[in-house]
Amino acid sequence: MARYDTEVLVVGAGAVGVAVARELCRFRTRVLVADRLNDVGGDASKSNSAIVHTGFDAEPRTLESETVVHANPLFDRLCRDLEIPFIRCGAILVATTEEEEEALPRIMQRAEQNQVFDVEYLTAQRARRLEPALTSARAGLLVPGESIVDPFLLVVAQAENAAQNGVEFLTSCEIERIERSAQTFVVSSTLGEIRARFVVNAAGLRGDVVSHMVGIEDFTVHPRRGQFHVIDRSAPLGIRHIILPVPTKLTKGTLLTPTVHGNWLIGPTAEEMEDRCAHETTADGMEEIVRGAGRLVPGFDPRHVITQYAGLRAVRTPGGYHLRSFARVPGFIELSGIRSTGITASPVVARRALAMLRAAGLETQPDEDFVATRTGIPAFRDLDDVERAALIERDQRYGRIVCRCETVTEAEIVQAVQRTPGARDMDGVKRRVRAGLGRCQGGFCGSRVPRILSELLGVPLERVTRNGLGSELLAGPTRAPGDSP
Amino acid sequence: MNRVACDVAVVGGGPGGLAAAIGARETGARRVVVIERDGHLGGILQQCIHNGFGLSILEKDLTGPEYAHHYVSEALERGVRCFTNAMAIGLSPDRRITAVSPEAGLITIEARAVVLAMGCRERTRGAVWLPGTRPAGIMTAGAAQRFINIDGYLPGRRIVVLGSGDIGMIMARRLHLEGCIVEAVVEYRGTVGGLTRNLVQCIRDFDIPLYLRHTVTAIRGTRRVTGVDISPVDEGGAPDASRSQTLACDTLLLSVGLIPENELSKQAGVQLDEGTGGPIVNESFHTSVPGVFAAGNVLHVYDLVDDVTRCALAAGTSAARFAADYEATGPSTDAAARIVPGAGVRSVVPQRLSAHLPDTVEFHLRASTEGRRRTLELTGRQRGTVYRRRCPVVRASEMVRATVRGIGASGDDELTFRIGENCGEP
Repeated sequence: MARYDTEVLVVGAGAVGVAVARELCRFRTRVLVADRLNDVGGDASKSNSAIVHTGFDAEPRTLESETVVHANPLFDRLCRDLEIPFIRCGAILVATTEEEEEALPRIMQRAEQNQVFDVEYLTAQRARRLEPALTSARAGLLVPGESIVDPFLLVVAQAENAAQNGVEFLTSCEIERIERSAQTFVVSSTLGEIRARFVVNAAGLRGDVVSHMVGIEDFTVHPRRGQFHVIDRSAPLGIRHIILPVPTKLTKGTLLTPTVHGNWLIGPTAEEMEDRCAHETTADGMEEIVRGAGRLVPGFDPRHVITQYAGLRAVRTPGGYHLRSFARVPGFIELSGIRSTGITASPVVARRALAMLRAAGLETQPDEDFVATRTGIPAFRDLDDVERAALIERDQRYGRIVCRCETVTEAEIVQAVQRTPGARDMDGVKRRVRAGLGRCQGGFCGSRVPRILSELLGVPLERVTRNGLGSELLAGPTRAPGDSP
Repeated sequence: MNRVACDVAVVGGGPGGLAAAIGARETGARRVVVIERDGHLGGILQQCIHNGFGLSILEKDLTGPEYAHHYVSEALERGVRCFTNAMAIGLSPDRRITAVSPEAGLITIEARAVVLAMGCRERTRGAVWLPGTRPAGIMTAGAAQRFINIDGYLPGRRIVVLGSGDIGMIMARRLHLEGCIVEAVVEYRGTVGGLTRNLVQCIRDFDIPLYLRHTVTAIRGTRRVTGVDISPVDEGGAPDASRSQTLACDTLLLSVGLIPENELSKQAGVQLDEGTGGPIVNESFHTSVPGVFAAGNVLHVYDLVDDVTRCALAAGTSAARFAADYEATGPSTDAAARIVPGAGVRSVVPQRLSAHLPDTVEFHLRASTEGRRRTLELTGRQRGTVYRRRCPVVRASEMVRATVRGIGASGDDELTFRIGENCGEP
């Protein structure tokens, strides 16, 4: 078993964990990020609505609203520096009944309390001018700061940038035990022993499990499931804003949002679950969100659905965001209850974590070699013909289109695998460069990407997985070598 | 950037594209180009190693690769220029194709006529809203066929097939022959989705359990499939999950329908038919965009490759005539008459008739009804019944053919196909 020594161990490579890593990589501090999954960005951070919130509708005067409101303006710079797809598309909150219309002033008031000052009232006519599909709107609110991002690339880009600046990533590394001896945490993991002076718990859905290991047992995490449908980009929807319903006491309801890649999402459901692996979709859930989308956009045609997914929000009891350090466990920082707003809040949560680590004694000497920018993988799909021809000239593999629906070339897939932390499986490739995310859902590239992975990773085809050990795509060769036919 | 000028450019080197290219050469087109994304010509036939191809057109019982080889050789002998490893990614209404290939880079092909022959793709889990987890071990039957027959790998060892299209049934037999346990073929409707001969030769002959009026109501397993729940479907089509049973398996194959692949057609502005999912064409296979023709499964999903070849030869002929600018019929938007699916008919090809009709026109229909002793008829308001024939058996899964003589262009601008109990027949 290997042994790792580090100053800071970050447990969890989701949106919060990698944001902490990126915050710390500016300094000459040894940082190690460990995640139980086969890749970074694995659980809640990958399957959500992909919205960067303004916090206009958050519960005022909470840690959550405060961090979200402050984080939203940071995204322009962050996404520019790290080449993360990000669009300030704005949201329209739509009232379709008299009752909902009456709720609008209260929502505006709340936005003001949250210091989101640019929310505007919309008449039915203006709402329809902005989005002709909103034929059932009686009135609405325009929230210009609501934005969309690629949530997975947000994680990958920060992780790549952190790695470039010296942070080490361990995947398929499940934390089993944490002991404290003198000034050091001795952490047992499935990959071996990790010694660290500081531990940051950014384990999301398993945050309670990790805190329990150091004797903090005052909370539990309960997953709240959200199911989504993905809509084909050829659907004649034409919607450019995030479309939000008026929330009721019971639920925030179904929203419809464009994605940075030109698709749309509808969802989510909000189901309290016991099981932390309850990623399944249900017939009822899928029906519910289609009905919800139909209320917002009366002409919505469910035949344009190309796939579904379900994500789990890491909801905590007692509730709310908790960013804590503990006198009885010095050097242990807990970032818990970072639920669906966590994608947005992550940059500010990371800054708070840094402040807490400093308070706990972490020395932070700026690293003169720090590189603040990261270059994305050039996407063949987004280029013009002259640029495309030039790329193929430079690298022939840009001339081999592997995923036909999303126009992804072999060269892009190779880069996805060769970067650090790189793709190790089909999901890793899909999330980095979109191969398999289109309308045929891997029907075409699903047999071609495994070959590329097998070659680059140096493993036989039957060892290529969807998302780590146990998720092998194939059972094995039809005949063992040497078998008679 | 490479530039190629030609008379007829064919997008796709499967059976439809090859036949179109051959048809174009035989009709005198000099410069004929095929653009194929795979490294080899032949399209999906390369992985269809079972037999039964060519029975009607070649009067031979061939495997898919043998059938493909026959037409690949013919096309090459006739001097068709083929770009393999080349993916067409753009098509403009003025018939300029953009393709990319590792060797030739970006290629621009300017064609006097274009034949669309991109084939079809399989419907996926997402399109049929299958509930459950998202583990490894779920794939379309065609993807599994490629893994086994091209790559030499088994997708799993214990298989459930959802849907009883031809590929689904053929794959059930294929996996059985490879030593896998095929737990079930599950079909939502009351009859299988594919040809009767495949029901007999692939399912019954191998005692593979077939669950009609059942569907998958849950997928189980987090990393790899561990099982699926199947439930009976009531008269109204709703699954009854309270009567579900769990079948242990490590693989779920989907054979739940084929969709003509028309992304390029849409780029060029080709009008599509909601019923077929393919372009609206006239009797010359001319789409709504002048000089753009359609051949094979891109037009509508055929039952038999022999029919694909036959129709695509005709489409290639039309394209060559258009390129030579003689006897050219206008695009389907200039039609003299529309053909409409009426009662009992889901779709019909061609959907338009030009003013210069040949003596006979062959129509291909999909029925929306099933049963014995039906009558097929084509009627117009003015002229009444133009064509009528008895159909001993009508199945939604088997294409209905109508060879109509002497329709004539004058008279009605709309004619309707109907399949009925007796349609007024005594």
